Amino acid sequence: MSTLDSTAETPSRLGERLRYWAPAVAVFALGLAAWQWFLPDVLGVEDFLLPRFSDVVRALIEERDLLLRGAWITLKEAVGGFVLGSGAAIIAALVLARWRPFGNALMPYMIAANAIPIIAFAPITNAWFGLLSPWSKVTIAAVLCFFPVLVNTLRGLTSVDPESIELMRSYAAPEREVFRRVRIPSSLPYVFSALKVASVLAMIGAVVGDYFGGSLEALGIVVLSAVNLSRYATSWAAILVASIMGIAFYATIAGVERYALSWHPSVKRRGS
Amino acid sequence: MSSVASVVSIAGLSKVFGKGDVTALQGIDLQVGRGEFVSLIGPSGCGKSTLLRIVGDITEPTEGDVTVNGKSARRARLDRDYGIVFQAPVLYDWRTVAKNIALPLEMLGWDRAKRAERVKDMVELVELNGFEKHHPWQLSGGMQQRVSIARALSFSPALLLMDEPFGALDEMTRERLNLELLRIWAETGSTVIFVTHSISEAVFLSTRVVVMSPRPGRIAGVVSVDLPQPRTASTREEPRFFELVTQVRELLHATGADEVEEPLAAESEIV
Repeated sequence: MSTLDSTAETPSRLGERLRYWAPAVAVFALGLAAWQWFLPDVLGVEDFLLPRFSDVVRALIEERDLLLRGAWITLKEAVGGFVLGSGAAIIAALVLARWRPFGNALMPYMIAANAIPIIAFAPITNAWFGLLSPWSKVTIAAVLCFFPVLVNTLRGLTSVDPESIELMRSYAAPEREVFRRVRIPSSLPYVFSALKVASVLAMIGAVVGDYFGGSLEALGIVVLSAVNLSRYATSWAAILVASIMGIAFYATIAGVERYALSWHPSVKRRGS
Repeated sequence: MSSVASVVSIAGLSKVFGKGDVTALQGIDLQVGRGEFVSLIGPSGCGKSTLLRIVGDITEPTEGDVTVNGKSARRARLDRDYGIVFQAPVLYDWRTVAKNIALPLEMLGWDRAKRAERVKDMVELVELNGFEKHHPWQLSGGMQQRVSIARALSFSPALLLMDEPFGALDEMTRERLNLELLRIWAETGSTVIFVTHSISEAVFLSTRVVVMSPRPGRIAGVVSVDLPQPRTASTREEPRFFELVTQVRELLHATGADEVEEPLAAESEIV
């Protein structure tokens, strides 16, 4: 709220920011310190449960080629699944919102499907696409993304204030224009919160999918085979890479959201 | 009023909601002449908003006819004869003030230059210069409603339908916007149907006040307002203004309105 008057740019702004972020940075440093010294030295946490932070960082550096190759493969699977799943969901939501009886008939099943643990299908998709095909993992990620994006987009498209629609009718606007000028823009906040959830799900789908087959260099396989060889630091390094990718993916969607919803009160009030 | 051509002609209109459960309107006959400012006043449940929505072809009547400029209400809507202002401003957050005002013009397929010119005129008309690039939520309630009025007027519709447009605003803002609306009405020569539950507002603005009674909604009486034009802030202090307010109030009381809704009666006492 203090940033509301963002027009008043003063040098103290930097100091203010530092003060704002200092506690978060302190917590981060404390967490790392606990990882590095407190857990192994004081609590006696064994190496195979959680290796020291410095060991994980060393593994990260030493195995960087392996990790980067794996990360690239898994990222492609996740992004591919995200694009396919979310894209199909948005198109399906538009169709279901446009022909409402159709949507009403399918909606209960969509919500039920949303609750299915899709990850359970992972071993089956290998049978569909072949054990080494990346498509099994793209499919898992896509299906994971599909339902939340569909349900949220549909909700966004249909929960428009009725007077907004009546107003468009009074301009004799055809249905296409109502969608273009009212329903779609007002659904965007819903769509983006669904896409953020989907970015996380796509990452989970791709990594877990790796465990069941596909390329032997994928990131999930790196975690798995390092555990089998008792090289726990390497597993943790791979998990760290997967986490960073997940956060970066999420942050990218959040960035696009800020740009696309620059008109939105919640974005603009932060002072842009 | 008989000398001017009718813009709106309502004959034998009734509206029943559900399967005969609620009769919202019954036997409504009303003519609105070109350039008139007609207010519909009555307690909640008298169907005044429903009547307005039927004229605007937002709601269908159960019985009876509505003719607008000699056409059916539906034809008139398709011909874009209506400018509508609701109680809520109903502005689109993703559009700036200027783009909100331009929305109906986009629907009409006006080119960019023509739109920009009209938006400029409209912004001037409602005195929002300097706020063109603001988003609706950056404006006060009164300013938002002015944008809504500018949007409704932007394409010069034959008929302006206003459903309690100032109902959510404070008294000071409301009185200022009343004056502004009268100025706009005089400048544009439009025909207005205005729903309100404020007696003083109805008398101050209108050429005629249509008093409605509740359950089922009927026209209880029509008061012609012979206050001179243009009206100013001091119009509200003239003896004739009070006489007319009293006349409308007595008509309302005769309908049993004061039994229906106290807040309305309380508000009208402010006069």
